[in-house]
Amino acid sequence: MDQMEIQKRVNEYIVETFLFADEGEGIGEEESFLDTGLIDSTGILELIQYLEETFDIEVEDEEMIPENLDSIQRVTKYVSGKLASK
Amino acid sequence: MSTKKISPEVLDIDCEKTVAEIESSIRLATRKLRRKGAVLGISGGVDSSVCAALCVRALGAKRVLSIMMPEGESAASKESVELATILAESQGLTTIKEDITEALRGTGCYARRDAAIREVLPEYGEGWRSKIVLPSVIDSDKFRIFSLVAVAPDGTEHRKRMSLSAYLGVVAATNFKQRVRKMIEYYHADRLNYAVVGTPNLLEYDQGFFVKNGDGAADFKPIAHLYKTQVYQLADYLGVPKEITSQPPTTDTYSLPQSQEEFYFSLPYDKMDLCLWARNNEVSAGDLAGCLELETEQVERVYRDIDSKRRTTAYQHMPPILFNENQ
Repeated sequence: MDQMEIQKRVNEYIVETFLFADEGEGIGEEESFLDTGLIDSTGILELIQYLEETFDIEVEDEEMIPENLDSIQRVTKYVSGKLASK
Repeated sequence: MSTKKISPEVLDIDCEKTVAEIESSIRLATRKLRRKGAVLGISGGVDSSVCAALCVRALGAKRVLSIMMPEGESAASKESVELATILAESQGLTTIKEDITEALRGTGCYARRDAAIREVLPEYGEGWRSKIVLPSVIDSDKFRIFSLVAVAPDGTEHRKRMSLSAYLGVVAATNFKQRVRKMIEYYHADRLNYAVVGTPNLLEYDQGFFVKNGDGAADFKPIAHLYKTQVYQLADYLGVPKEITSQPPTTDTYSLPQSQEEFYFSLPYDKMDLCLWARNNEVSAGDLAGCLELETEQVERVYRDIDSKRRTTAYQHMPPILFNENQ
């Protein structure tokens, strides 16, 4: 799966799950989920579950850091890296 | 941001003045609510003890009913009743005991919680004890995800990261404890025409450390504007017994002993109070760090956690949203 497809899926998931798609809003790919208040700690759990189930990866405890999970761009990069190392 | 030098003395209060103000406010609130007295749950902890003492001073002991509400599974229940009894004797309180164990069984609290735990630990069952804990916020930037800590009957400890549904399931089930206690308080308030007292301190109230329509429900909250450090100052002034003021704060929600830092807050309450005060007064992390013997980066993490909790728990403070034709 290429990076564009990963980003597309992650973006769709975020918009549908946390923005409610019918609001017609989007989120910038570099926008921080935490700083914008879009996702809280429960939401991060939800996101991790989605990533593990959708991309068949395991998010290790030490990988649960903002650098990997706090924007669409960061999530895309993180997932790409995990898939490449499989 | 301010560059003032910070010390723990910023939280010192004039106890005599503060108590007089709160007493007056309790009387005004009770009158405004058209109630004849006050009901509160007492746990043997410092917050409910101070609230009870304030209500007695404001309304007279005859107009205050305190309720001890132990439950069989709680690690701290027996001691909680002993401490609450010591408080009641020291303040001349009318006290009753209502064991909530059967009510909790009736709601399925324990069964639902155990089913949620078994999502991550299938062997969990009879004789096991558990709690949920968070990683430290000051030691890393990691997202704070709850882990389950469970001890088997043979004493072996198990630790598992919680899935979303397991975490939400455990919290939802254990929230029955706070909500059942509040139901009992309102039963007695209704039959006596009394007001129900909420006992959170400012740290708990600000950071959403309460259950919506559980311990978060009340008719008035006499110490919700006071930092926990200040509540302890009032406790000494009001003569709350040392057996109570010397106990460390706990959650008293899980079958394993659990500190408030493990479950919710980043630091012990005295340091958390200073962080919250500093955040409210726009003190930079650098200015505060030395006072707490922490690094600036660690204080910045605590500040981020404070802000994050305010956002996340805003829902708990919200009243019902009403729809009208002007929306």
